Amino acid sequence: MASSLIIGQYVPADSVVHKLDPRTKIMMIFTFVVVIFFANNAYSYLWLTVFSLSAAALTKIKPHFLLKGLKPVWFLIVFTFLLHLFVTREGDVLTTIFGLPIYSGALIQGFQISLRFFLLILITSLLTLTTTPIEITDAIETLLHPLKKIKFPVHELALMMSISLRFIPTLMQETEKISKAQASRGVDFKTGPLKERIQAVVPLLVPLFVSAFKRAEELAMAMEARGYRGGEGRTRLRELEIVRRDYMAIGLFLIVMIGLFVLRT
Amino acid sequence: MATDQVIFKNVSFRYAEDQPWVLKNVSFSIKQDEWVAILGHNGSGKSTIAKLMNGLLFPDEGTIYVHGIEVTPDTVWDIREKVGMVFQNPDNQFVGTTVRDDVAFGLENRGVDREIMLNRIEESLKSVRMTDYLFHEPHRLSGGQKQRVAIAGVLAIQPDLIILDEATAMLDPRGRKEIMMTVNDLREETKVNLVSITHDLNEIVGADRVIVMNDGEIWLETVPRELFKQEESLREIGLDVPFTAKVTNRLKDTVDFDQQPLTQKELLDQLWIFHSKQ
Repeated sequence: MASSLIIGQYVPADSVVHKLDPRTKIMMIFTFVVVIFFANNAYSYLWLTVFSLSAAALTKIKPHFLLKGLKPVWFLIVFTFLLHLFVTREGDVLTTIFGLPIYSGALIQGFQISLRFFLLILITSLLTLTTTPIEITDAIETLLHPLKKIKFPVHELALMMSISLRFIPTLMQETEKISKAQASRGVDFKTGPLKERIQAVVPLLVPLFVSAFKRAEELAMAMEARGYRGGEGRTRLRELEIVRRDYMAIGLFLIVMIGLFVLRT
Repeated sequence: MATDQVIFKNVSFRYAEDQPWVLKNVSFSIKQDEWVAILGHNGSGKSTIAKLMNGLLFPDEGTIYVHGIEVTPDTVWDIREKVGMVFQNPDNQFVGTTVRDDVAFGLENRGVDREIMLNRIEESLKSVRMTDYLFHEPHRLSGGQKQRVAIAGVLAIQPDLIILDEATAMLDPRGRKEIMMTVNDLREETKVNLVSITHDLNEIVGADRVIVMNDGEIWLETVPRELFKQEESLREIGLDVPFTAKVTNRLKDTVDFDQQPLTQKELLDQLWIFHSKQ
């Protein structure tokens, strides 16, 4: 069980997108999230759709993985479409459904908004699909580095994130162990009314918290014994490096952005 | 001073004013390149000694010198620079998300350059035979493997003193064997001071000297061979001698041993020599 455990959504593959510096990816995605709201006609939407789909294709991740990531939001996408379809009153009346008039403007509006939504989710999930959590942590640490000037604990935040990532599988294994131990003592997690099942979680959470605190204490001592005393004067093993590949990706991305502003009206 | 790497001088310690003393007037010293085992049952104060050695705790009375420096809150970082410690729980000392990152942790803390870091990681993983697991996450390793990574992390900082604080206590027999083999190999390859803290007499066989703790006091300071003879009195303070020693002690009246055998092989050798003489 433990060997197949993957934290987050990361899907390993040998692709250009995987190899890009996480900072490049984060910055491009942030820009995309803002810029997508500037698209206002069919051409600009088509342009961004082509970009997003090619980016997705470049990751070499099988489409069903991509779709799996979108699963929880399908409902929202469809819901927004329907909402706009029935509520917007612009353009000509095309037809009536259940006595409600459907306007042409509504159709376009609904389509645009749900497409925008779809592209946003697709592009942002590409980040977590192609970047390991630890890479994201490193990227956040370097990107937030300037905030150190205003005493924001950037290093501590990154360390906290990486330690949490490291302990997720450990605590999951522990949860499993405790739940088995409690089940063998007669705690019923699976049946009964909701209220009772929620109550059954208490004997699971209490030992888990107790042990997590004990772990934290021991870990802190081990870290101190290994010479840890904050971020000052530390060197780093994992180094992020912007290489030619990244410059090319940024260049390409800028062209896409310029293209968008040319195409929009 | 030059030859004594660690000196405890009349050290007493308790966790709080209203608590009983954990260590009472303890004095001993450890020489250059010596492997000293500190033995005792639970609550004998042996783990406290380990924590005092690298300034995780400070004595209430008495003084401690490590490499000639007195252990005080001001010198603690200089001392930790050269003292490596392996703890009991394999999971709660693994900081990195992968084996490589974890071995690097101590080096990163000391501000070692990246190039040197990569070399040291490779070397130290080689000496604990974990090179194949460079990018493994901790949850994919066994307890023994995790402890070997912890030892590699200690080796990477090139310490003068390595403390193993019950490093095998939470492992299965196989993991225990792995660690003892690793430690024995280390002793042969590198010159390093080693302090191993344990309640298991099987693990002191390779040590140069044994300090037996009982109730916060030094009960006995001796060599493993001598200690194995004292089966009766050891049992009184809650310690059990290994099987080899038990067999030897039962046979003492009939077989006459040159010296107390430490390992099964030594016992067998002496037995067949005795047998062929008859």
